[in-house]
Amino acid sequence: MAGFFLILITAFFFPGIILRIKSLASGRRGPGVFQPVKDIRVLLRKGSVFSNTTGLIFQIAPAIGLAGILCAALVIPFADQKAIISFQGDFVFFSYLLALGKFFSIISALDTGSSFEGMGANREALFSMLAEPAFFVLLATFAMLTGFTSFSDIFNHFYFSGNHYVLIYSIIGVYLFIQIAMIENSRLPVDDPKTHLELTMIHEVMILDNSGFDKALIHIGSYLKFAIYGALLYNVIVPSGWSIFLQASLFLAVQLIFAVIIGFAESFRARNKMNKNPKFILTLTVIALIAFMIILILTEKFI
Amino acid sequence: MNNSYSETENNSLPLDIKDIPVLRYPDFFDQVTLLLKNPANHCVNYYAAATTGAVKYFCCIADDIDKKIRILAHESDNNEQILMSLTPECPSMHIFEREIFENFGVEFRDHPWLKPVRYPQNRPDRSRVMDNYPFYEIESEELHEVGVGPVHAGVIEPGHFRFICNGEKVLHLEIQLGYQHRGIERLFQDLNSSLQRCILSESIAGDSSVAHGLAHSQLIESLAGPDVGETLQIERCIGLELERIAVHIGDTAALCGDVAYQLGQVTCEALRTVVINTMQFWCGNRFGKGLIRPGGTNYPLNDTIAEEILKNLDNIGRRFDRITSMIYSLPSVLARFEDIGTVTKQQALSTGAVGMTARTCGVLRDIRSTHPFQYYKYYPVSPAILDAGDVLARGKIRSLEVRESIRIVHDLIDQWRRTNREIGKPVYDYNLRPDSYAVSLIEGWRGEICHSAATDASGKIMHYKVKDPSLHNWMALALAVRDQEISDFPVCNKSFNLSYCGNDL
Repeated sequence: MAGFFLILITAFFFPGIILRIKSLASGRRGPGVFQPVKDIRVLLRKGSVFSNTTGLIFQIAPAIGLAGILCAALVIPFADQKAIISFQGDFVFFSYLLALGKFFSIISALDTGSSFEGMGANREALFSMLAEPAFFVLLATFAMLTGFTSFSDIFNHFYFSGNHYVLIYSIIGVYLFIQIAMIENSRLPVDDPKTHLELTMIHEVMILDNSGFDKALIHIGSYLKFAIYGALLYNVIVPSGWSIFLQASLFLAVQLIFAVIIGFAESFRARNKMNKNPKFILTLTVIALIAFMIILILTEKFI
Repeated sequence: MNNSYSETENNSLPLDIKDIPVLRYPDFFDQVTLLLKNPANHCVNYYAAATTGAVKYFCCIADDIDKKIRILAHESDNNEQILMSLTPECPSMHIFEREIFENFGVEFRDHPWLKPVRYPQNRPDRSRVMDNYPFYEIESEELHEVGVGPVHAGVIEPGHFRFICNGEKVLHLEIQLGYQHRGIERLFQDLNSSLQRCILSESIAGDSSVAHGLAHSQLIESLAGPDVGETLQIERCIGLELERIAVHIGDTAALCGDVAYQLGQVTCEALRTVVINTMQFWCGNRFGKGLIRPGGTNYPLNDTIAEEILKNLDNIGRRFDRITSMIYSLPSVLARFEDIGTVTKQQALSTGAVGMTARTCGVLRDIRSTHPFQYYKYYPVSPAILDAGDVLARGKIRSLEVRESIRIVHDLIDQWRRTNREIGKPVYDYNLRPDSYAVSLIEGWRGEICHSAATDASGKIMHYKVKDPSLHNWMALALAVRDQEISDFPVCNKSFNLSYCGNDL
């Protein structure tokens, strides 16, 4: 339960910190940390405008997306507490809850009938599809390492599996989770959330037609997603079993560092060329596979 | 054949309009194609103007070797509505013929793409509107069309881009402009106040106000006949170079912004601000409006301003060098610029590309060195030439030109210190020489700008013609994005940074 609330709390700060870091890195003061949340408050008070070409799907998609993400947050454990929803194989459930939201966002983009949004939907579908194997191979590696298949059990036993090479997996795990989080949240280098150029957008172009309340839901969803991936990072980095207050402050520290890393990473590089994105994302799967092979060999399950 | 055209030079005395021989169309056609076969020649302007009871065609062909501008003319009565097109022989003439078609409804036989450039209110065929224009289409199940604009998400001018794509790949791009048409050329003719005309010339394209202002003033001085002093000439060149520096740095910022490289973007934006603020320190306007006036200036350079310019430029030069060496060595940026939006030398020649676009394809098009004007007559400029023709080349040439322009401003200020510094006030009541014809060429930051005008028997402007470099270069952009990814279009477009209003007039 505490984990779920911590995710909700960090989601408040997360986008503001990224924005602030990017401003500072470019020599500006930048808006306050709560500016994105204030923007959401404004959006929530507005009504939504629907174009004539859209139907029911367009109207329900933002709500489904947010619901999926909120449910996914329930699967994430915190410290040695079990997650609110926890069962064998729950990481598949987690992944497809997020995918459900994405699926609806893609078909709602197609629903608008705009050529821009169709293009964005096409790109988003391709890139998410390519990112999925990396996530599953990584989780399979963890599962094999610990011998469990639910988030709660995996992370509870991660540092106590008696395997001496666990540090390697946690480093690879951290790297992959950060990269997958960047892809899933449409950040650099795959997508650029700041651009105004429809032709280069991926995620932004899909929500061009959404306005007011619906747009707020979509934004809340993407902030939550950041916090969820941050929570996964925390689970990989911090061993369970310490006192709850130490765990909570470490949780916030990990999230803060995660946001700062994203802010800096986005300040000093350009985004990928669109046709380089599939290669970039596939590389992550390859790294995950290499980690998987290494553990097969080290745990002598191979041959 | 010597009597088939008149010869003049840039920034010199006007021609007597009666001296320009009027050819029959077949002779005109032969002569133009003959001249344009010579690679040293290119057409700087070709247009038609209404005279009493007839339409008169003027074609100005510039020779880069002997620095002459040859002017050919043809006259037709209003009944002559079908002419042989020059485009199959000389593809770069396509845009001029489209413009004549737009203005007078003249059909050019064998023209591959006779589409009006814009849709002015006084067009001959009122049934032809932008909404019913048949865009180029390819019938196929796999292909899809993407229409962008005319209203864009960013703060840019209106223009419609119609892509035909195969997935992410662009097969064809058709550019439809004309949304900004203001009737500039007609206004030049109708306005009676010389001051109003100056202000109008500075508003042709807001990012080239010094260049267009100078083209206008130079034309008026040419028609009126006075020789402006050395000091004024130097100051005008300094203004022109400052404009070039400011826009090039701003474009570098925009290029970085398009590929989401934040550091490059914000640094260059900050540097550009320093340059345009220097301009403001000089003449009270950040874009140099009001600086260029015929016969004199309201804002003569003085030692304080010269010091300020030198101080700021040294600072900017150093910082811009540092940031561009970072930008053009960062792998993630290079991956977005290299081999993107390539224009070949052949394409540059056949579209008649001018300015920076041509110079990145190995074609020397720089009026400052080929048809020098103002103080460039005494100060030879050696333009930077690259031959890759891609976005990276168009980015790099900007950093080379900024460096070169800073050096030029240094030298010019040294020269200026040696002059007598005698500068008059602007002259707004020139009596223009009657029955004359003059051409004025300027190398703005974007490329060659051509203003030309003819006066009637009373010395009133009979017609005035403006040609912005964008007119040619839009076609180069359309060719550059073929076979590229559609997501690379914005960065290609930004690398050309063409003017919509300069095209639409």
